[in-house]
Amino acid sequence: MKLRIYALAYLLFLYAPIILLPLFAFNDATIIAFPLAGFTTEWFSELTQNKALHEAVKNSLFIALMTAIFSTLLGICAARAGAMANFPGKRGIIGFVMLPLVLPEIIVAVSLLVILRQVLGVNLSNWTIIAAHVLICTPFCIAILNGAFQNLDPSMEEAALDLGESRWSAFRLVTLPLVMPGIISSMLIAFTISLDEFIIAFFLTGTNPTMPVYIWGLLRFPASLPVVMALGTLLVALSIILLTLAEILRRRGIKRAGGTDKGGFL
Amino acid sequence: MSALITLTGVEKYYGDYHALRDINLTIDEGEFFSLLGPSGCGKTTLLRTIAGFEGVSGGTVMISGKDMADVPPNLRPTNMVFQSYAIFPHLSVAENVAFGLRKRQMSKADKAEAVKEALAMVGLDGYGARAAHALSGGQRQRVALARALILKPKVLLLDEPLSALDKKMREHMQVELIRLQRAVGITFILVTHDQEEALVMSDRIAVMFEGEIGQLADPETLYRRPNSRRVAEFIGKMNFINGTASATDDGAKLLVPGLGKCTVPAEQCPQGVRTGDVAIGIRPETLAILFEGDTAPRHAADAVVDEVVYYGDMTYYDVRVDDVAAPLTIAMKNLIGRPVLEVGDKARIAWDDRALVVF
Amino acid sequence: MGLLSAPFTYAILLLAVPLLAIVLFSFWTQDFMDVNTTFTMDNYREIAEKPIYFSLLQRSLYVSICVTIVTVVLAFPVAYFVSFKVHPSRKSLWLFLITIPFWTSYLIRVFLWKVILGYNGVINSGLINLGIIEEPLTFILYNVNAVIITLAHAFAPFAILPIFVALEKIDRSLLEASQDLGESKLMTFLRVTLPLSMPGLVAAVLIVFIPTIGDYVTPELMGGAGGKLIANMIQVQFLQLNNAPLGAAIAIVAMLSVTAISLLFVFLNRRWLRGRS
Repeated sequence: MKLRIYALAYLLFLYAPIILLPLFAFNDATIIAFPLAGFTTEWFSELTQNKALHEAVKNSLFIALMTAIFSTLLGICAARAGAMANFPGKRGIIGFVMLPLVLPEIIVAVSLLVILRQVLGVNLSNWTIIAAHVLICTPFCIAILNGAFQNLDPSMEEAALDLGESRWSAFRLVTLPLVMPGIISSMLIAFTISLDEFIIAFFLTGTNPTMPVYIWGLLRFPASLPVVMALGTLLVALSIILLTLAEILRRRGIKRAGGTDKGGFL
Repeated sequence: MSALITLTGVEKYYGDYHALRDINLTIDEGEFFSLLGPSGCGKTTLLRTIAGFEGVSGGTVMISGKDMADVPPNLRPTNMVFQSYAIFPHLSVAENVAFGLRKRQMSKADKAEAVKEALAMVGLDGYGARAAHALSGGQRQRVALARALILKPKVLLLDEPLSALDKKMREHMQVELIRLQRAVGITFILVTHDQEEALVMSDRIAVMFEGEIGQLADPETLYRRPNSRRVAEFIGKMNFINGTASATDDGAKLLVPGLGKCTVPAEQCPQGVRTGDVAIGIRPETLAILFEGDTAPRHAADAVVDEVVYYGDMTYYDVRVDDVAAPLTIAMKNLIGRPVLEVGDKARIAWDDRALVVF
Repeated sequence: MGLLSAPFTYAILLLAVPLLAIVLFSFWTQDFMDVNTTFTMDNYREIAEKPIYFSLLQRSLYVSICVTIVTVVLAFPVAYFVSFKVHPSRKSLWLFLITIPFWTSYLIRVFLWKVILGYNGVINSGLINLGIIEEPLTFILYNVNAVIITLAHAFAPFAILPIFVALEKIDRSLLEASQDLGESKLMTFLRVTLPLSMPGLVAAVLIVFIPTIGDYVTPELMGGAGGKLIANMIQVQFLQLNNAPLGAAIAIVAMLSVTAISLLFVFLNRRWLRGRS
């Protein structure tokens, strides 16, 4: 019982900032502090008129979409290889691919900045950010897709072969439908990470800032803070929707493949 | 009957591991053939080389006189029932059964009719619309059978199909499988580690050890005339007594310590008639404890009961006989009026030279 | 290998090669607009000689260690609760609730801690209204404490999940066996549960400790003048002073320090576990 109270208190600690967000987003005051002043939707309507913000959001959505597609493709390769027979060095290779999960993001950021700018002389653009985001999102995609692929009975695809299908059509008719929820879930997670990522994007962003980089700029101007709160509220709502969708699909995928849920994304 | 499958000198290596060693055998049309052996003996590997999931490192696999070397599993006239059944969980029962019909030139109605027939054949009429993941173990197996048989393969391959079922269900499905095989008339190749299952179901059995075929014979020969000690030990139970033999023109004279002397014909010496130390095998049910009123045996000896294990229909006794190192196990039917002896009781035991196997 | 080669090649090109590049860069120097490619230890010499770098690194490591301890100690009971006390059908829901805040706008979350801990923030105004304090507390914003609290919040799910996974793997009959053999609940926890959850604890420590060294957002927003960390210095060298070689050298020194401490921790942990058995 004591443990349950502690766990609930811990959840409150986790959610404290998120609970405050809508309070200030609808608060009719330019200062972000208590006491609250009154209800307004002014900050939301200001959001709709900010052209620079719209550009940043557009950039971020594009980056997030590309990241979701490419990191999931790489994740599928790794997860499928992971579920298949072992070969020497496999663990080491997978460990290396998973490394960005523990590497400080600033190390990834500066090393990519050096190689892109100073060595290759590439101009920074949305694509440089996509390249970095694919690197850091792939481990998460692998973790999610592993769940989908490892629950798969390997004789399932053999059965399809045995019943007259070719290798490709066996994959398409049997494996793909079974792992589809995992694939979508993986794309949603990668999309969410990329959309929110700041540390690397700040280093690699070109002339057009991403949304987090734009928000970072706004945080320095007290006058724009209420608008940031409104934007944050929308982002949190969007994240929760995407994550709920990802979780539902992940569970459905495991159930469909006949496995039992062992919990969690990671 | 004519040969359907011919394996010639089949070898399989996984790296350094020698999984199959010089396998030669022919399997006939309409035969119920079993590959029997302990786990790791290569029986599943052999089945998978016939199905085409494993290539061979040497030798040839022929089906209907055609070399299968370059034929992938999807083009072979074989279908498989997997150990896990591999029922596609995202499809209904009917969709599972119809899976292999996708590329066949058939009308929708014909396909539906074929599915219905296949389900009826395995006793699952009316289950077509069910979701696959809602089925019991026995039902999944029937779906797997229907799914394979609907394609009218020349050979049905069964990889330990009964191992996931409980004892009652397993016995029931053994009979069902025999019935089904007779009904469709095609070759069944069964992989199993359960010797009783193989004996009950098969026309012929290949017993495998460490990648080799130890003996290939019909069930009765396999049981009564095992060709080696390891086959004898793997199939059923057998007592072994160290004795001495001297060769004669048409067999051997045996001196069985504690039991007595006898002569046996050459066919009871599967490893050849020879003079010297031999191991003599006797099955427990060919020995007997003599009770009052029993007919006079061919040979008899005195013994003391060492252990009694009561099974209901049978009682297994371990008895000690002078000059025999290990106790002998005797299986006795619990007939009406026949008492069950106790540990320490003296007993007269009967044995028969016709049941001995000399190794 | 076939399928793995795609993600592997990608990681080689965008991780291994760039990492090698900054190692190389750290031995070069910035010469106004160009990079002088003669091999030199100048960058490392400067880091060793100027006390600012050492004190930043020291403070960074201190913050990372504190964050790790706070996060893992706070997280363990939650992981234990979810694994042992929550009904299996509700475990996924709890994990989901725990992970959600982690995925939501990082920058704004950090900023909101400022609102919570600030002079007119939630805590201060709350405590004043309750009459517990008269003047707002000032030791909770714009210093190292604020950085630690915020980072501990940001990395919470990272600590809970590996511990949870390790606890889930423990065969529950082992705990019954321990009690059957005469141990109390507490001793069962100490002699069975805790040692068996050690792989998860180690993973949690590493997965929190290593990345925290690279965060420059939290110290920038929460740390004030005295709460800047080594990552801020790296960022400044690269993006403001345009001295990539020196920035690379600082990054490498920071990375090596973190790796050394991590290896020491893993080594001590192994020795401790072996010493027990």
